[in-house]
Amino acid sequence: MSMTMTQKILSRHAKKESCAPGDLILASLDLLLGNDITTPPAIDIFEKSGFDRVFDNEKIALVPDHFAPNKDIKSAAQCKRMREFARKQNIKYYYEQGQEGMGVEHVILPDNGLVKPGDLIIGADSHTCTYGALGAFSTGVGSTDLACAMASGQTWFKVPEAIRVNLTGKLPRYVAGKDVILYLIGRIGVDGALYRSLEFTGEGVKELFMADRLTICNMAIECGAKNGIFPVDEITLSYLSEKIPGGYQSAPEWLFPDEDAVYEKTVDIDLSSIRPMVAFPHLPSNTKEIGSFPKIEIDQVVIGSCTNGRIEDMRKAASILSGRKVKEGIRAIILPGSQRVYKQCLKEGLLEVFVDSGCVVSAPTCGPCLGGYMGVLAEGEKCVSTTNRNFVGRMGHKGSEVYLTGVEVAAASSVLGYIADPALLEKEGEA
Amino acid sequence: MKIEGKVIKYGANVDTDVIIPARYLNTSDKMELASHCMEDLDPDFKSKVEEGAIIVAGPNFGCGSSREHAPVAIKASGIACVIAPSFARIFYRNSINTGLAILECEEAYEKISDGDRITVDFDTGEIKDLTTGIVFHAGAFPEFISEIIRADGLVGYTRAKQNKK
Repeated sequence: MSMTMTQKILSRHAKKESCAPGDLILASLDLLLGNDITTPPAIDIFEKSGFDRVFDNEKIALVPDHFAPNKDIKSAAQCKRMREFARKQNIKYYYEQGQEGMGVEHVILPDNGLVKPGDLIIGADSHTCTYGALGAFSTGVGSTDLACAMASGQTWFKVPEAIRVNLTGKLPRYVAGKDVILYLIGRIGVDGALYRSLEFTGEGVKELFMADRLTICNMAIECGAKNGIFPVDEITLSYLSEKIPGGYQSAPEWLFPDEDAVYEKTVDIDLSSIRPMVAFPHLPSNTKEIGSFPKIEIDQVVIGSCTNGRIEDMRKAASILSGRKVKEGIRAIILPGSQRVYKQCLKEGLLEVFVDSGCVVSAPTCGPCLGGYMGVLAEGEKCVSTTNRNFVGRMGHKGSEVYLTGVEVAAASSVLGYIADPALLEKEGEA
Repeated sequence: MKIEGKVIKYGANVDTDVIIPARYLNTSDKMELASHCMEDLDPDFKSKVEEGAIIVAGPNFGCGSSREHAPVAIKASGIACVIAPSFARIFYRNSINTGLAILECEEAYEKISDGDRITVDFDTGEIKDLTTGIVFHAGAFPEFISEIIRADGLVGYTRAKQNKK
């Protein structure tokens, strides 16, 4: 029976020859993830249920990144609970704040070499779908799912139908993975891929760097998708050979989709036609092209997160901010996504650029993205953010507004004080 | 099992950030979460919600975060059931796993009004609007999901499986 990449990974992990959309399967997991918000309830459930030991202490990653470094006493208690559980269970991939390899969960797991093509991964965080960029099946679940999977090493799935996203062309200047995924969400809607897998294909794939693919898969959940997944190519292999201890040669042969795999529909996207995108409040699907709306003055800019906190993002921000100043009255907050990204910024002189231009540079944390801390908004404030959600109250007061963009638009907006096309700065320079 | 309650109605894409804002996720205490449930969407939710009330809402209910705190907060508020044309998939799993009753029914969303009294029969999927007299039928759960529900959630189901080994 012909299958998509997602269906192949699911059937393989359920020890079945094949599977079809709608099948309910019990599958073995390669990696489980939890953070400081979702893990404490999972530990409560794990312990109250009488589970004693985790199924495999080398297949669980626990990352205190959301309200950490601890933002208040209750958050400190949640992190403490997680830390003590990790010690008791001897969890190999528990990442302590500040230590090597630590950072925002979806930035560090691929970077630390914990994700391989063909893997089946669940995480108690909705943006776990990020790892599809490396040809893995990964999806978000809740704390009860995490608790039971920590005990059994398995979880159930309903095999999804697939939507094929056929990419052609090359990205124009100032357009990146973030604009591609915002464009797609704007086109199909916040439930446009509900329960389905998004499978990216086409000659345009090779035009996307790994950072772009990670950003695209990261936001697959924002159109309701169960997962997003890219094929494995030279770009993937070169990334993996750097990240995986001992190197990485080639993806498993069984992973590639069958030529006659069935897709519910195909969405064609010509990358060269995409402009920098802005998702207006209060839905990620409420997208407009830059330049297509009147001037919107802003109060704050946030650059970072699991969506756009990688070194490539930091370099883009610095290229815009270098030699320029954040406009008076605007707060610009930059969050390198991990200790490694932070150190690389330091080596390349990017931190100096950020500080000289008038930015706050924060330790790696999810903090502001979900209105936790390190950049919470007051009533009536407007923020341009490279994060992933702009729901009512997402970054603070319910009367605040979040505009989602890519890194270059966010950086240019911090300089100009309104939601701006980075190309405007070039013209300014010439004048 | 059959329940009866007053309807609280909302629109499409009710997201987990309005169900329980992340700023309250520094606890997993049910009652504390319930005390902030829906506050950014509907400041009157607490006064409207009587024990056994039923939320009827638009498509893609529960979109956004994987926080299980969302169905937990709704259930602890006293809501007996949520009816919507569709649910975001992680919210769907979390509801089954934590024992919040959810039913998929598009027609119910179109025709039931805020404040109506309705009955829901979980065995047959029949929803009856006592205010208008109209009867609707929700889709049945797949057998596997029913098995989890019968085991009193995923924990019971997983334990039963492990005990068999």
